[in-house]
Amino acid sequence: MSTHIPDVIDHLAGIQSGSNLDVLRNQRPQARENAQKSYLALFAPEFPGDVTALERYAVATFVAGLHGQPHVTEFYSAELQRLGHPRRTDVIDTEIALGAAKGPYGAYPEGPLTVENEQGPVYQVSADNRERLGARLTAALEHAHLLVLHPRDASPAALQKLLDAGWSTTDIVTLSQLVSFLSFQIRVVAGLRALADASAVETNDAEYTQIFTGVLASGAV
Amino acid sequence: MTETTLSHADNREPTAFTQEELGWLPWLEPFPADQLTERHWAGLVDASRAKSPYFLLLARDPDVLQARTKTDKDIFYNTSNGLPRAERELAATATSRSNGCIFCASVHSRFATQYSKRGADVQRLLDEGIGADIDSRWNAIIAASVALTDTPIAFGAEQIGALRAAGLDVGEIVDVINGAAFFNWANRLMLSLGEPTPPAKS
Repeated sequence: MSTHIPDVIDHLAGIQSGSNLDVLRNQRPQARENAQKSYLALFAPEFPGDVTALERYAVATFVAGLHGQPHVTEFYSAELQRLGHPRRTDVIDTEIALGAAKGPYGAYPEGPLTVENEQGPVYQVSADNRERLGARLTAALEHAHLLVLHPRDASPAALQKLLDAGWSTTDIVTLSQLVSFLSFQIRVVAGLRALADASAVETNDAEYTQIFTGVLASGAV
Repeated sequence: MTETTLSHADNREPTAFTQEELGWLPWLEPFPADQLTERHWAGLVDASRAKSPYFLLLARDPDVLQARTKTDKDIFYNTSNGLPRAERELAATATSRSNGCIFCASVHSRFATQYSKRGADVQRLLDEGIGADIDSRWNAIIAASVALTDTPIAFGAEQIGALRAAGLDVGEIVDVINGAAFFNWANRLMLSLGEPTPPAKS
């Protein structure tokens, strides 16, 4: 089970114990430890309330998919597959393709900032999948899309849709934390992976320079 | 019982980015302050947060709130090494400016000004937006935060190269990543669970 992985960010970013990034992450030990605790509180909660594991992993798979991070999407979708009918992951895959967009976009309150308003799609779960997902999960995916791609379009009406679909106020807090936490976790993973790639290039360059200098010194070229 | 959202018909939402102190009103009922248990107090971390409707609303899931608050504090307040406080706040401000969170931008632009003493430069980021041309170091931090904030994520070798060229070491770049990533968490809660109110004095 993914909840037994000691540090999911390390796991997803490919950070090895003792590596440079491992050492750097340890300089913010509370941030590191509590990012993992947040993950556990959301995916293996001691007090789950009324938000099911299936709902948590279905939304997580969708959110990771919208971020265009395939290995993170696979991580959450593997758990979704374990929990539910395998076809559930196909449904989410279809919805990711339907919801894919470039964000952040959205509208500002009427005033000087409206010149910065950017148009983007208002996502709705496809007609075919609404019944398969049910009212609760349909509303959750539509809200997750809003939070991931155009959070400044949020409104009381958007929350009312969740309440109408059977989400309680407390459930909505959990759902909002889940989507928002993933928006953080996925960016830390993507950022650290990019840094590891860039450092690898530099290290290779340094090694190359060293070897090349050595070769020069030996007079072999 | 089906719950309903809260409405604030009399509130005039701020319509521009500002360094002034704004308030915030929830769209959902916060957890009742007189019913807080030990687990809720642990979730709030600082007892003074029980006065805030934002934290009382988040206290409905206290375990996540606790872990989130501790992550936040370490990313921004642990200055034993790495990026200066002012530039972590700059990353938070740039992220909030890009996502369009007027409330978060007000708080963290104020901090950025406090620690950098460069209020006019911070204000240019708020007024002109993420394309404001300030100086190579601040431009690189802003651009990196914005690229990381884009969905799909656009952060990569180009941004890292610019940060390196501006003099940031790898540890400082990790702080930029953490700061910008964290505000993608904070902005979404602030924007979606309530609305800002005008500065108290206006």
